[in-house]
Amino acid sequence: MMNDQLIIGEKSLHSRLFIGTGKYSTDTLIPEIVKKSGAEVITVALRRIEFNSPTGNVMDHIPSGMQLLPNTSGARNAQEAIRIARLAKAAGCGNWIKIEVISDNKYLLPDGYETIKATEVLAGEGFVVLPYISPDLMVAKKLVEVGAAAIMPLGAPIGSNRGLKTKELLKILIEEISLPVIVDAGIGKPSDACEAMEMGAAACLLNTAIASANQPELMAEAFGMAVAAGRKAYLAGIGRSHQYASASSPLTGFLND
Amino acid sequence: MEVVLNGNTEKLAKEMNLSEFLLSKGLNPDTIIVEYNENIVKKQEWTKIILQNKDGIEVLKFVGGG
Repeated sequence: MMNDQLIIGEKSLHSRLFIGTGKYSTDTLIPEIVKKSGAEVITVALRRIEFNSPTGNVMDHIPSGMQLLPNTSGARNAQEAIRIARLAKAAGCGNWIKIEVISDNKYLLPDGYETIKATEVLAGEGFVVLPYISPDLMVAKKLVEVGAAAIMPLGAPIGSNRGLKTKELLKILIEEISLPVIVDAGIGKPSDACEAMEMGAAACLLNTAIASANQPELMAEAFGMAVAAGRKAYLAGIGRSHQYASASSPLTGFLND
Repeated sequence: MEVVLNGNTEKLAKEMNLSEFLLSKGLNPDTIIVEYNENIVKKQEWTKIILQNKDGIEVLKFVGGG
């Protein structure tokens, strides 16, 4: 287990839980969330300054040493995603980018075609690209071809806390795609994250499930444990299931024999 | 003279460089990312850019996100 590291973009990660920074009642919770979750990768978003409602800077609350993963949320096409990625890099955010191209406001489902286009351009520019996608095998294969560093299929719509509704499709991606498969979006409970990891997911990315808990710090700790437990179970190899009972104690040598 | 800041037209009373303009808006240079006519400009370059009529300026910052 000591050597079980996740390698993405030449970086070795010990924790397979990636966390977001959105929806917290206050950004001052973030350092404790990071500590309790054990996460090493953290997402942020880029937005226009609102002059009438100045707020703090989320970056002030992210512990140093974290791998930043800025997202391109707000992008409706590849061109906008590329623009946001370049801005984030210029701002000193490093070269990792979560491509998120969404024009569907009801379910926030990602646009696979535009995501592939953005990934190709940004991977060519040296970005470590982690695209957020629907769990579509053909889109995932194209992303491998154009240089993605991992793929991040959704378990359920963003922020829905509904769990692994796409489980069967996620299994196909894990089986068929050589890149790390990181389940992003929809995970609601630690047991969802644990199940994803037991299935062989490389990592889980979540935000709302922690931020919307009554005690976010405690939930962060629970998710850290669940992801680690699921990973260990995957590595251990889960025993086969059977329709009928199979006694765990010997069936011979009873007192009345 | 007018410039477009984050999509809104702003009138400038006098000639100024980008750095002066951003400071006049009360912005902290260390926490913002600036695009000038769709080109990313680093903080060191702000004083070299004299604003022209109809220039487009986008000022962004990092916020919480998933």
